[in-house]
Amino acid sequence: MLAGIRTIDLRKVFTSPPPLASGGGGFAPTFGRGKTKKQSKPEIVALDGLSLQILPGEIFGLLGPNGAGKSTTVGILTTRVRPTSGQAWIGEHDVWMEQVVVKRLIGVVQQRPNLDFALTAREILLFHGAYFGIDAQQRSQRADALLDRFQLRDRADQLVRGFSGGMMQRLSIARAMMHDPQVLFLDEPSAGLDPQTKLLLWEIIREYNQSGKTVLITTHNMEEADALCQRLAIIDHGRNIALGTPHELKAAVPGGFLLRLRFGHLSPDLLQRLQKLPGVTEVRATDDNSADVYADRGGSLVAEVASLAALANAELCDVHISEPSLENLFLHHTGRSLRE
Amino acid sequence: MNWKTFLALLGRDAHVARRNLIPLLLQTFLQPMMFVFIFGRVMVSSGYMPVAYKSLLLPGIMAISMVFTGVWAVAMPLIGEFQFTREIEDRLLAPIQISWLAIEKVIFGAIQALFAGLVVIPAAWLLLRPGVDLNLRSPLTFACVTVLVALFSACGGLALGCSIDQNHIGLMFSMVLTPMIFFGCTYYPWSALAHFPILQKIVLVNPLVYASEGLRGTLVPQFPHIPVIAVLVALTFFDLLFLATGLAQFRRKAVS
Repeated sequence: MLAGIRTIDLRKVFTSPPPLASGGGGFAPTFGRGKTKKQSKPEIVALDGLSLQILPGEIFGLLGPNGAGKSTTVGILTTRVRPTSGQAWIGEHDVWMEQVVVKRLIGVVQQRPNLDFALTAREILLFHGAYFGIDAQQRSQRADALLDRFQLRDRADQLVRGFSGGMMQRLSIARAMMHDPQVLFLDEPSAGLDPQTKLLLWEIIREYNQSGKTVLITTHNMEEADALCQRLAIIDHGRNIALGTPHELKAAVPGGFLLRLRFGHLSPDLLQRLQKLPGVTEVRATDDNSADVYADRGGSLVAEVASLAALANAELCDVHISEPSLENLFLHHTGRSLRE
Repeated sequence: MNWKTFLALLGRDAHVARRNLIPLLLQTFLQPMMFVFIFGRVMVSSGYMPVAYKSLLLPGIMAISMVFTGVWAVAMPLIGEFQFTREIEDRLLAPIQISWLAIEKVIFGAIQALFAGLVVIPAAWLLLRPGVDLNLRSPLTFACVTVLVALFSACGGLALGCSIDQNHIGLMFSMVLTPMIFFGCTYYPWSALAHFPILQKIVLVNPLVYASEGLRGTLVPQFPHIPVIAVLVALTFFDLLFLATGLAQFRRKAVS
């Protein structure tokens, strides 16, 4: 049975800080409006009307900076966070109303490894299988296959307390796959992994997806989103600000290239002149001395910008050229970098 | 209700307990046995305590062991697993309603408490004999009291474990368990408080009073004790109260 994911107008307001690893991790507090009474609890709006439709068999990415609401979305979709309003479904099942059915359909890798420290790596997989009612023989076969696949066989019978961060992350992913879920949630799966392990992980995710499974990844790493996801939603402050394939999203950046310029002094006249340069689609002043220029070319524009600056007596101090990327798209929509 | 999942959750806890068996046994029995030895043997042999005190002491020690074991078995893992590492997440995502995970913890804690209580009887008897005069008139009533005490300790562990965080474990012992034990009629019968009428009324809010008095009333009924029927009613009340509180706290901790 193939299962997609759907949310309608999801909203989550926290009145106390969410536990870091439970799906509300990485918070940038956005305080709710209209609360003036001193004694009232501070409200943190984590999701502000998020609607998504993720197709069965798709690798879908939620891209956004820390505190955008990615982990809260995963928390709600995996029964771990109660939505303030709105609805979410896995397949045909309402996540909040049919929690047990939904839990059978999903596998979850949370942002921080939350392995059972009282058990060895193999026991973690075996007990996880037992929770899902898998019989003993099949459990053992699957655990061995996953330990091999994730290159954990030599440490399989050791307690996980002494594992490195990367090993814990690999084991968390193996555990999430143990009961062969229809929908796999990976919250920042490659955070803290070395490049080699990251590639192994990507390969495993693609393989898993090829068997018809739906994968939802959250990331603030554009490279990962670009390499892995068939479609992406870019979210910020709990809202969906752009949706499409990585290619479509990159094409949506005006001009494609972004030149971040810093001058000794920036005048409105210079901004107008920059706007008129051939190939420039949009110019935005970001502060008194800086401007972002979106254009269909990169390096070849620098000489022209420098001469314009010289003419306007505004020395060009710094230039940064970005090729068409999701980072640029995010900047275009929010005026902030994904890494901020 | 999904029995396979429930049994697997129990299996996991049993596996972890088996791995930690020696420290678990020491933690459960060392302190009560030392207490039994000093108060029941040394103090009695030296004439500071009457011989009858041996029989009076045994049910109290049994109650302390059970409560301490049940609270510890449920509260300590929960406090740890709900902390920063959120080790409990895997089990919260198991295909079963999350309240059943809390109930599983209670059942496992109650089994450990029962075991602790039932081992104390022969162990203390061996340490104290001769002079221990046990009068088990109604095994069924004794079984009911013991099970209710075990459940009260495990439910109390659930409520405590989900209400305090790691930084306050010391306070849990000094502010909750220690006063409970000293004012729990464990080392003396409730009737001994007759000279302190106000205190005698106040201690009735302490569930350990009913545990000690219930075990006294069924194991050594020759001593004065609170009527067993009152004990059964009070213990059932505390079991339900702590279970309801514990489940509510557990759900509040488990879901953001």
